[in-house]
Amino acid sequence: MSAFFTLVRRDLNLAFRQGFDSLMVVAFFVIAVVLFPFGVGPEPNTLARIAAGTIWVAALLASMLSLERLFQTDYEDGTLELLALAPVPLEVTVIAKVVAHWLTTGLPLILTAPLLAVLMQLPTEGYIVLIATLTLGTPTLSLIGAVGAALILGSRRGGVLLSLLVLPLYIPVLIFGVSAVDAAIGDLGVRPHLLILAALFVGTLALTPWASAAALRQALE
Amino acid sequence: MFQGLDFTLEPGGALILIGPNGAGKSSLLRLMAGLLKPYAGRLLWDEADALDDIDEHGAKLHYVGHHDAIKPVLTANENIRFWAELRGAEANGVERALDAFDIKHLYDVPGRFLSAGQKRRVNLARIIAAPAPLWLLDEPTTALDKATIKRLEHAIQAHRDAGGMVVLSTHADVVMPGAKVLDVYQFACTASFDERVMV
Repeated sequence: MSAFFTLVRRDLNLAFRQGFDSLMVVAFFVIAVVLFPFGVGPEPNTLARIAAGTIWVAALLASMLSLERLFQTDYEDGTLELLALAPVPLEVTVIAKVVAHWLTTGLPLILTAPLLAVLMQLPTEGYIVLIATLTLGTPTLSLIGAVGAALILGSRRGGVLLSLLVLPLYIPVLIFGVSAVDAAIGDLGVRPHLLILAALFVGTLALTPWASAAALRQALE
Repeated sequence: MFQGLDFTLEPGGALILIGPNGAGKSSLLRLMAGLLKPYAGRLLWDEADALDDIDEHGAKLHYVGHHDAIKPVLTANENIRFWAELRGAEANGVERALDAFDIKHLYDVPGRFLSAGQKRRVNLARIIAAPAPLWLLDEPTTALDKATIKRLEHAIQAHRDAGGMVVLSTHADVVMPGAKVLDVYQFACTASFDERVMV
């Protein structure tokens, strides 16, 4: 367990000192959402109708931005080889890196989302649920993304390949994230949607670390 | 790459891998580390198959490859300390490691300011900071000056005196008394191979 925290601490340390990765993700998130009022016009009802969907799609794309570098730098400088040989199972290493990734990208997104919801005229009943769905959904995005990030190691133009691999898998999270917010606004039951999001999270938490670790071992051979 | 390779390393033993570029020295070291799987043949540790539990096998060895795995934004001390903590080493391990390769003055220097030789010294210090019985060193003398090669020889001798084992590939001369020499090129592959390491 202490090895787990050592790994998380190192990745956070690297993220903070390397600087602008999480700022860039948040800036992208804000700009992507801000483009919509310009595109569809400032009419409040229209904006309110698309608010949840817009924020969720922008969050998906933003969290994908920094995924490419999740394993890439470690792969290039030989750190990944040594991590694979460390007494810590590679699956645990993957989870530690995902936790660090979520803390530096997912969490800032969640904190920024309410501000963007104001901009998008999201009805007040939707706020809490929007934050709840993002809190449940973004770790799932990081976990799925880790598999893609491990698979693209060693390939040229990895970033494009990564989005092709990962975005289709993000669709279930997007569907239930948005429908939960819509349900809250329409005064319908939110619980089933949140439960499905939670199930998606638990499912990916159980499965993806193994897939990522297997892909990393493959990349190291 | 190679076939019919069969060797045993005793506690305190050392093995030097030689051979021309592309003979398979690095592949053999990666294979012994468990990073590569043999196409045929076995890797044994105390008569048991070493690759059965890769994490346990990893805990018993240190591997120094072509890359130094130094993070540019972490200081030399932080780079070494991370690996030591990951392996649950004692606190004084890092100090000892810094002494062994004479890099105390680099303690607070970020990785991006280190020269190639200094990076290599930090990487070698990493394997001293947390003890492991088997050292797999892939051309460890790359970019090192003569004085540091001497320090490496001392470190290897101390490691072997304590019952540790060393396998290293080299083109330069590394003095290791009583070390066996294996020319990997003599086993260049034509068909299947049988490779055993017994410890």
